[in-house]
Amino acid sequence: MIQVEKLYHSYSPGKENETLALSDVSLQIEKGEFVVVLGHNGCGKSTLAKHLNSLLLPGEGNVMIDGLNTREEDNLWEIRKKVGMVFQNPDNQLVATTVEEDIAFGMENLGIDPDIMRERIAEVLLKVKMSEFRNKAPHLLSGGQKQRVAIAGIIAMRPDYLVLDEPTAMLDPEGRREVIETISQLNKEEELTIILITHFMEEAVLADRLIVMENAKIITQGTPREVFSKVEDLKKLRLDIPQVTEIAYALHKADPSFPADILTIEEMVNQICR
Amino acid sequence: MLKDITIGQYFSGESFIHKMDPRAKIFATVIFMTALFTARDTLTYGVVFGFSVFIILLSQIPVIFYLKGLKPLLIIIILTSVMHFFLTPGEEIWSWSILVLTREGLWQGFFMGLRLALLVIVTSVLTLSTTPIALTDGIEKILNPFKRIGVPAHELAMMMTIALRFIPTLIEETEKIMNAQKARGADFESGSLIKRAKALIPILVPLFISAFRRADDLAVAMEARCYRGGENRTRLRALAYTSRDAVGLAFTVALLVAIVYLR
Repeated sequence: MIQVEKLYHSYSPGKENETLALSDVSLQIEKGEFVVVLGHNGCGKSTLAKHLNSLLLPGEGNVMIDGLNTREEDNLWEIRKKVGMVFQNPDNQLVATTVEEDIAFGMENLGIDPDIMRERIAEVLLKVKMSEFRNKAPHLLSGGQKQRVAIAGIIAMRPDYLVLDEPTAMLDPEGRREVIETISQLNKEEELTIILITHFMEEAVLADRLIVMENAKIITQGTPREVFSKVEDLKKLRLDIPQVTEIAYALHKADPSFPADILTIEEMVNQICR
Repeated sequence: MLKDITIGQYFSGESFIHKMDPRAKIFATVIFMTALFTARDTLTYGVVFGFSVFIILLSQIPVIFYLKGLKPLLIIIILTSVMHFFLTPGEEIWSWSILVLTREGLWQGFFMGLRLALLVIVTSVLTLSTTPIALTDGIEKILNPFKRIGVPAHELAMMMTIALRFIPTLIEETEKIMNAQKARGADFESGSLIKRAKALIPILVPLFISAFRRADDLAVAMEARCYRGGENRTRLRALAYTSRDAVGLAFTVALLVAIVYLR
């Protein structure tokens, strides 16, 4: 379980350009959950992500990963092993010159036996559907493929939590679909806890729980259905809502018997055909 | 043009040379270079040339890849040869004002050109047949004994790996920036040398900024993947010498001995 308690963080504290990135953020993430953190650029969501594996330390408050406080240096590597992280730019997180060796990088750092590494590489490549690219060079892959390799490199380390910091922001729609499919599959089949940071609404609807951040604070959380049903509130925050939800909301206003909380095209089709 | 640099570009294969231990290949390359620089007449150059052709065939890598690696250095090779053509004293065969072509110069220039070309080509055998990672592993292992006197073997190897990983990415980026500048009317191809050098500044500045940003991102990503230096690190590929390496090394040593004997 990840516990974030009254977390405050500011960049360049004490200086003129001090900016508060997180303010009084508290949340709990249970094992196996699929959590999406949603918000505008600069709302603090990436800062929050970096706190989850000690890349940043709290200014105030605490972050506990399975009871380990990120402030304590002795816990550092244990925490980073538990919380894997995938970043936005697929190019800037692959270290090695072939897919296989890149996936091995994290395991090498953990001191895992080479034979076990090879087994796990085959296994994780299968999970992210990249088996045939085992010996390819990263720069020859598409963005979506690179990002899946990055994910494979992390899950090969057998983390309990996977934090993805806008993994699809730099991808084309096809790559985005591949990555999101991989993530939700890992959550469903492997029961891996996913913390996905994004600003794409279509990705947000897949979550068990949605956390919306604005101006360094969590402003609302709940299931996607709960959150997106507050259409007016979200619009006030200039946050998009999924297109279908918006149409459903408009229909709901015209005819109150039509449900307002529709999240996917499929649901919409079912409602209309009913 | 930028993509023509083949150093650090692995060409995958299953040949005898591909399967040799990177350490053995590095040693063999050094021995070959010694032989190459020991050669001095038609016979010895002939032997070294024959050896190089054999190695190239053995590597099962298309010759075009070697020639591509040669291309960026072509001017230097030609210049060196031409300088030798005209600046070596000896029997005159042709002259025009102060330029004097000599028989000795012709041979000397030819040998020098051949020497440089073989140097590049055979080094490319090493880099084309060895994954950059294996190469760095090899260098790291070779440097390991010197750790005690303060040689940062692991750090050097890691730096090289990262450099190799990012060369294609940065080349791609350079091309993107060049195209972006060209689209706005920048001209890299005409004007004096100084003018062309100046035209490169708008490419280098964004390239450096982006490289630093990448370096920063990568450092964070590496830390997030538990990277903490070379201590207690295992390797996916443990290096192990096989009989193949003994054969390869023995063969190269035989070349050196033959050259020393024949000269």
